[in-house]
Amino acid sequence: MKTIYFDNNATTDVDPQVLEAMLPYFQGRYGNPSSMHHKGGEVAAALREARKQLADLLGCEPGEIIYTSCGTESDNTAMWSALRTQPDRRHLVSSRVEHSAVINNAAFLKRQGYRITEVGVDREGLLDMEGLKNALTPDTALVTLLWANNETGVLFPVEEIARLCSEKGIVFHTDAVQAVGKIPINLKETKIDMLSLAGHKIHAPKGIGALYVRKGLKFAPFMIGGHQEGGRRGGTENVPYIIGLGMAAKLAGERLPEENTRVKALRDRLEDGLLKIPYTMVNGSRLCRLPNTTNISFEYIEGESILFHLSHAGICASSGSACTSGSLEPSHVLRAMGVPFTAAHGSIRLSLATTNTDEEVTEALRIFPEVVIKLRDLSPFWKDGGPVQESGLLSCDTNNCQICN
Amino acid sequence: MWEYTDQVMEHFERPRNVGVVARIDGEGQVGSLSCGDALRLTIQVDRDKDIIEDAKFQTFGCASAIASSSALTEMIKGRTVDQALTLTNQDIADFLGGLPREKMHCSVMGQEALEAAVANYRGIAPKAAEGTIVCECFGVTDKEIERVIKTNRLTTAEEVTQFTKAGGGCGKCLPKLADILARILHQNQSKSPGNGQSSPGNGKASGRMTALKRIKLIEEAIATQIAPALMRDGGDIELVDVDGPEVFVTLKGSCAGCPSSKRTLADFVTERLRTLVDPEITVKEYRPEP
Repeated sequence: MKTIYFDNNATTDVDPQVLEAMLPYFQGRYGNPSSMHHKGGEVAAALREARKQLADLLGCEPGEIIYTSCGTESDNTAMWSALRTQPDRRHLVSSRVEHSAVINNAAFLKRQGYRITEVGVDREGLLDMEGLKNALTPDTALVTLLWANNETGVLFPVEEIARLCSEKGIVFHTDAVQAVGKIPINLKETKIDMLSLAGHKIHAPKGIGALYVRKGLKFAPFMIGGHQEGGRRGGTENVPYIIGLGMAAKLAGERLPEENTRVKALRDRLEDGLLKIPYTMVNGSRLCRLPNTTNISFEYIEGESILFHLSHAGICASSGSACTSGSLEPSHVLRAMGVPFTAAHGSIRLSLATTNTDEEVTEALRIFPEVVIKLRDLSPFWKDGGPVQESGLLSCDTNNCQICN
Repeated sequence: MWEYTDQVMEHFERPRNVGVVARIDGEGQVGSLSCGDALRLTIQVDRDKDIIEDAKFQTFGCASAIASSSALTEMIKGRTVDQALTLTNQDIADFLGGLPREKMHCSVMGQEALEAAVANYRGIAPKAAEGTIVCECFGVTDKEIERVIKTNRLTTAEEVTQFTKAGGGCGKCLPKLADILARILHQNQSKSPGNGQSSPGNGKASGRMTALKRIKLIEEAIATQIAPALMRDGGDIELVDVDGPEVFVTLKGSCAGCPSSKRTLADFVTERLRTLVDPEITVKEYRPEP
């Protein structure tokens, strides 16, 4: 059975050129870049080159990049730094659809006495800009927002928001883990103060991330240690992975046009084909979105069951259903958007990459209807090709539940 | 990815007895579309022999919900109604070679659907509807929670959520779950031999209990109720010593540096221990020598 990997927002395959670039730095070129001898020197030179490759992708200076272990560490570092460098400010602005790295941090900070505002989104997943503007106060230390939502691919206007924050003297951070490599980014032309990214979303391995910190921005290190990264992140550099991220950044820059033409066309064909299945809907704005992501709800069936049947047929995808998360409630993103519960439990995210092909989309469009029909035939809410008229027994009987309200 | 057994995957991919029986003698429906899983079970019963001739299901839910429903129908077909009613959720899980703890509520759903179908067949009110609703998010009653705690010998609030879904939504009812749990654990202890002195059903231990029992009860109240509540706010508590009515504890994590830690101690820990163990208790914070 051939694998059709449509889960590139979860992680990507390491590109062969990336792996090839990394291998010499495991054995042979093993020097510590801080060492004052030729074994260290050759590695330090390679690190400089890798840092430049990443800076070129982001449109920033190499010195504005701090390597971390992952996107989560980058987010933590940004939030920690913004609050530590402005101890008088006790307010933080974020949104209701952030990644858990930000949401759970904000919840922790709230318990520590910080004030948190989580701005809402509309039915399309677009940010409530009025709500955001009203949330900014002289006490606001940081605004942190996703550039592209990992579940729906919906984009927030972070460049505009960064300008707004800059005018008000508020630090702005964006988690761009899903945006990097998929949309053009040119940081020197924005007012973005900090930006997080993760290597494994752009065909580098897991275990390497980076944080862009605008030159001149006050910074407090999260990981205190040696002089590495200009004293902004202690710990001996993860050399092979930094080299890998450099190569991945170079390739991502080269593939950006393809991502926005061929991959986008694949995604659109897949999405249009799936929408022909009755009782399906797209979650999130179809206009203001990453080129590679679609989030589709198949009503009256449940996400985990869909995923297992897809997997059995070779397709890898993910779901915002309650059962896949280990929690008992569907995705916080879909709930914030007000996606009806009939659809939230049956939501499937498909995220493509340049590695995907037209044949894969064709095959997926053959497999999907079979899976959906199979599960709807099992469902007590489905009969004779349509939803069962409400029997009264199967509906929620408490009328006081968070999920419905 | 969940660690599902081969049996779970077999019953998920090739579910047995899908649909509705030819003659519906009993019907049970549990769950809802909003909750993320729902099961409709129909049974056909030979009324003379009281034997379940046929059972079929329709399920909206995850792989383990579908597998549990399929297993349930296989297990009750050919049995007498009374035999079928002896089935517990653990039997369903065992039939499937076990379920992940987080998915045990799927087996509970199967058992409840069966009881509802039998009640419908016999023309009486289903058991699950008894009691008062504790978890509003998932519509779970106190009676249901009590039974699942007893049959599965649960000891933590987290397990209660895994088995019944109660507390898995807004979390508002978690203190109530902890209360129910503590009451049942306490009842179990009262029932154990060698403790003829404490008054069962009282909820609180009397002053006549042995020092060992008292310490055990304090330990249990801290582990199952007080610590989880503090952990939700990033803190923790550890029992250091018990000396007569005085209970010495240390607070860790966020609690230790929290300006309201004195208040936390006085109000929360004391109140909990007095309610659950002994109204005479006083709580003291133990600070190790620097």
